[in-house]
Amino acid sequence: MSGHDHGDDGLSRRKVLECMTWAGTGVLWTITGGVPRSLGIIDSAQAATAAAPGMTFLQISDSHVGFDKPANPNALGTLEEAINKINAMPVKPSFMIHTGDITHLSKAAEFDNADRIISQSKLDVHYVPGEHDFLDEEVKFYRERYGRGTKGAGWYSFDAGGVHFIGLVNVVDLKAGGLGNLGADQLAWLEDDLRGKSKSTPIVLFAHIPLWTVYPEWGWGTEDGGRALEYVKSFGSVTVLNGHIHQVMQKVEGNVTFHTARSTAFPQPAPGAAPSPGPMKVEDAKLRAMLGVASVNFKQNEQRLAIIDTPLQG
Amino acid sequence: MKTLNRRDFAVDLGLALAAAILLPATTARADDMEVHIDNFVFQPAELKIKVGTTVTWSNRDDIPHTVVSAGKFRSKTLDTDDKFSFTFTNAGDYKYFCSLHPHMTGMIKVE
Repeated sequence: MSGHDHGDDGLSRRKVLECMTWAGTGVLWTITGGVPRSLGIIDSAQAATAAAPGMTFLQISDSHVGFDKPANPNALGTLEEAINKINAMPVKPSFMIHTGDITHLSKAAEFDNADRIISQSKLDVHYVPGEHDFLDEEVKFYRERYGRGTKGAGWYSFDAGGVHFIGLVNVVDLKAGGLGNLGADQLAWLEDDLRGKSKSTPIVLFAHIPLWTVYPEWGWGTEDGGRALEYVKSFGSVTVLNGHIHQVMQKVEGNVTFHTARSTAFPQPAPGAAPSPGPMKVEDAKLRAMLGVASVNFKQNEQRLAIIDTPLQG
Repeated sequence: MKTLNRRDFAVDLGLALAAAILLPATTARADDMEVHIDNFVFQPAELKIKVGTTVTWSNRDDIPHTVVSAGKFRSKTLDTDDKFSFTFTNAGDYKYFCSLHPHMTGMIKVE
């Protein structure tokens, strides 16, 4: 992606863009002792330092393959741009998580297209479903592709790099007037899954809808998310990664860091900033600054993580 | 040219006749009601109707929605401009919501 010409200042702006590497366009957050500290726009040297030791994995979210409305007529194209960015990373991530809304309407062709593009990363991908992935009549396409070895509607856990990862499903059996929903079965499984784990084990919880209450007026929260957080709050390092709201938002409470990732398809407005949370149409030149992926790095024995949100452009 | 004009006129007349024939059917359904989905809101949120009325929901958002009343009716996923109709044959209060965005709720009161 090259810079856009903005008339008289076009040259200098282009120069600035030339100086930005892919990693250099992100904002680096470090969390030390539970206090987030933004290091601002990082340069590639800092990014290399942050990414070198420990384990790095990627979060990608809300690809909405099949979406073709004015907010982004080619959601498959921007997903491919995101995957190209990932492939160009100087350090290959260990794996990727996808926090749901892979497709827009759960059509078989949408799942196939998404897989065709995402598989170009040649990374293992751990998925959780969004509400847009369960729209087919028989609710089988997601499960056939990604449900193997999972419990219930698709929840599971795994270990990687000394970190315990837990993928949760909060988009089924939603109640009228309510928010996202985990349900009693999944909460019981979660409590059991964590039983006996050392409190020094870093925990990553990931799910589609935010597990914390971002903005209930738009349904941006999980009815029983607090129950899940009760089970993990005694652990020394907890990271909660979500999608759904198509924008970066972060909060830290004690040892728990909450973070939402950008979409690769279309942006949504800040809470309450528009009549509805629907797709936000921005100028074509600004779209790619509002789409992107997140990279998360853990350093062993430091209980510290760095999350770098990287837009597709600028 | 004249022939062409006449033919055009004939086509117009044909359409006008067709419209005239269709009109009674349209007026017979004048009691039927519509609910629009705009900006993640059912409008109107509450509707009072008589038994036998058909309500048609239409989705005007760029995001799919559903119309679900537990145990009563359930639409397929409605993409942009898709519609769902249900005829209410029994009196009562029908609460409904969007199963994808459950903060979206509505009510049909059938008398």
